[in-house]
Amino acid sequence: MRKIILKGGRLIDPATRTDDYIDLLLANERVAKWGEGTPVDEDTLVIDVRGAVVSPGLVDMHVHLREPGREDEETIESGALAAAHGGITAVAAMPNTEPTIDTPAWVEYVRSRGTAIAVYPIAAITVGRGGKTLTEMAALAEAGAVAFSDDGSPVESATVMRRALEYASMVGRPIISHCEDLNLTGSGVMNEGFASTMAGLRPIPAAAEEVAVARDIILARTTGANLHIAHVSTRGSVELVRRAKEEGIAVTCETCPHYFTLTDDDVRTYATSTRVNPPLRSAADVSAIKVGLADGTIDAIASDHAPHSIEEKEVEFDAAPPGLIGTETLLPLTLTHLVESGTITLGRAVELMSTDPASILGIPHGSLAEGSRADVTVFDPDWAWEVSEDWFLSKSKNSPFIGRTLRGRAVLTISRGEIVFEEPGAAHRAGETHEEGEHHAAELSVHA
Amino acid sequence: MRWTRKHLLGLEGVEREEILAILDTAAKFREVLDRPVKKVPTLRGVTIVNLFFEASTRTRMSFELAEKRLSADTLNFSASTSSVKKGETLRDTAKNIEAMMVDMVVIRHSASGAPHFLTDHIDGSVINAGDGTHEHPTQALLDLFTIREALGDIEGRKVTILGDILHSRVARSNVWGLNALGAKVTLCGPSTFMPAEIERMGATVTTDLREATADADVVNILRIQQERLEGGFLPSLREYARLFGVDAARVAEMKPDVVIMHPGPINRGVELSADVADGDRSVILDQVTNGVAVRMAIIYLLSRVRAQERVEEPEILAEVGL
Repeated sequence: MRKIILKGGRLIDPATRTDDYIDLLLANERVAKWGEGTPVDEDTLVIDVRGAVVSPGLVDMHVHLREPGREDEETIESGALAAAHGGITAVAAMPNTEPTIDTPAWVEYVRSRGTAIAVYPIAAITVGRGGKTLTEMAALAEAGAVAFSDDGSPVESATVMRRALEYASMVGRPIISHCEDLNLTGSGVMNEGFASTMAGLRPIPAAAEEVAVARDIILARTTGANLHIAHVSTRGSVELVRRAKEEGIAVTCETCPHYFTLTDDDVRTYATSTRVNPPLRSAADVSAIKVGLADGTIDAIASDHAPHSIEEKEVEFDAAPPGLIGTETLLPLTLTHLVESGTITLGRAVELMSTDPASILGIPHGSLAEGSRADVTVFDPDWAWEVSEDWFLSKSKNSPFIGRTLRGRAVLTISRGEIVFEEPGAAHRAGETHEEGEHHAAELSVHA
Repeated sequence: MRWTRKHLLGLEGVEREEILAILDTAAKFREVLDRPVKKVPTLRGVTIVNLFFEASTRTRMSFELAEKRLSADTLNFSASTSSVKKGETLRDTAKNIEAMMVDMVVIRHSASGAPHFLTDHIDGSVINAGDGTHEHPTQALLDLFTIREALGDIEGRKVTILGDILHSRVARSNVWGLNALGAKVTLCGPSTFMPAEIERMGATVTTDLREATADADVVNILRIQQERLEGGFLPSLREYARLFGVDAARVAEMKPDVVIMHPGPINRGVELSADVADGDRSVILDQVTNGVAVRMAIIYLLSRVRAQERVEEPEILAEVGL
């Protein structure tokens, strides 16, 4: 296998506390030792990444790949390609497929699709996500499940959740909780506030999330188990997690780009691409999410990539299923709305999208230390571009960001030492000339 | 007078001059309704579809009458007789209507935003006849017309809207319209019926009926629906009537010339007693009559905007020998 040298880029690797202009050598699927005397033989691909940032491959710990069951919306293969397009080298796939991923055979199925990037299965907490009987977590973990979640719906019974936390703790895997009190949600379709009042759309109060976050934190304290809270979207949830962490409770949480970029005002157009669960919240919630990302209360940014067909989304707002696609815009939205605006540093962004989610899931990603798996993301932080429907590789196009101008995106994604995505026109093979008009800050050029 | 809108989806953002244009036009059509021949040839050749996905008697009848008085060709499409039950999407229904070369669509739908959805899929004008709990602009406009008729003006008048504000599209449209015309709006009802941050629309909010109505020039009473009991919003209709029901004794505590309104249909004995509904302060039946004139005005104004878009029309008529 060919060696790769990434030359001239700004290497940011929070795991090794690195932020410097260091060349990176990848050999034998690993990050290799690189020194003055390292020979550059003809098997070595030297890629000039001046102007770009080189980071450990991004880890998206919350995606829905729809396979098995809704292969018209996404497959494990198409979802993996889309993720690679977004600079992601590992995803954790939620089990709310048809059927539910709740047996070792299905875990094995998801794990062994042979995709361009690493796909880690998350198995259900309860059989069929029915909220009653615990799944065979030991067997599921052995088959490769990295965590357990009934995501898409909450575990309604506090007793079942308590048992799940205790049992998962024994198996050594985290519970990822979709925190929602369904009674408070009722038939709601958007965040409760002035926007829902004006739009006349049935409201979901912030309390629907916060009541459940509070319950699960208390259960985590009771059991001592590792609890990870999915898609945190409100100020109250951030405050609850912050307090829990101060108390030393083993809780981590993630948010999604749409919770720090969009508000419930964006729903007022009735565009069904803005229907998502939890719903887009108020401007005050967005500010609190940003503070939580900066101060370490929030541990990860995940996409909650939720593909839906046009047939499902081109309906009345009330009738549209919640969810939006997000793997491909995860990095650009983070760069534009958090880094560019000065809320967090590039290093913190890499932590949130790679180092920390990898650590929460206990998967061998998120580091460029010597000997690490050769998963690398190269991105141009300065490239201003407009999101268009055609640009997405996901099989579904339900993005509320189409038409927006973002700053920064992935230009090269390497998984296990293989290039799984490279921006066309950005990387130039030796001997090729640059086309006029194709220039931007990060010009990659490759010399064999 | 200015009117440049192609659709009437709501009163949010509609300006004072635009509302006055509708009310002034409606006043002219109101005169037509008093004539022995209550019909004008204004919209001959214009086709209007009344698309009612939610049960409605009075609004649909009012629109149909307004359309007929203007000599438009009308089609009625209601959920019970349509293909909706067969699983056809709103998009396909819209595309079918589009293919029938319809000029205007009047839509009533239980989903907020359904009229907005239609505007993305059809070329014709869209009139919102009530969408979910969002807006019911024609009802608010006929309320404004009726208030102006009863009081002479609206500026500075105190208007109290009473009842289930949370589920009321009528209340929302009224707040926008009344504010545009300079009225002072108070919203009154049980705390469970107050939508979040509604005061930001520009209204005083109270749960005290006496405080809300003592110096009101107009009290607009909303219908309380039985099914709200099941949602846990109210303990009982009796308790509602005790706290918020308007009867003769309560009217006696209001201004002597207070105007009592109700968009109908009335639950007699719940939100409004029979003697007040039928009494001399009530303008409830005027609202119904005025509704036809106001809807004629809206249809007329929207059709004029459409006609101006189609400048080539006379040439087409000439080609076919007319």
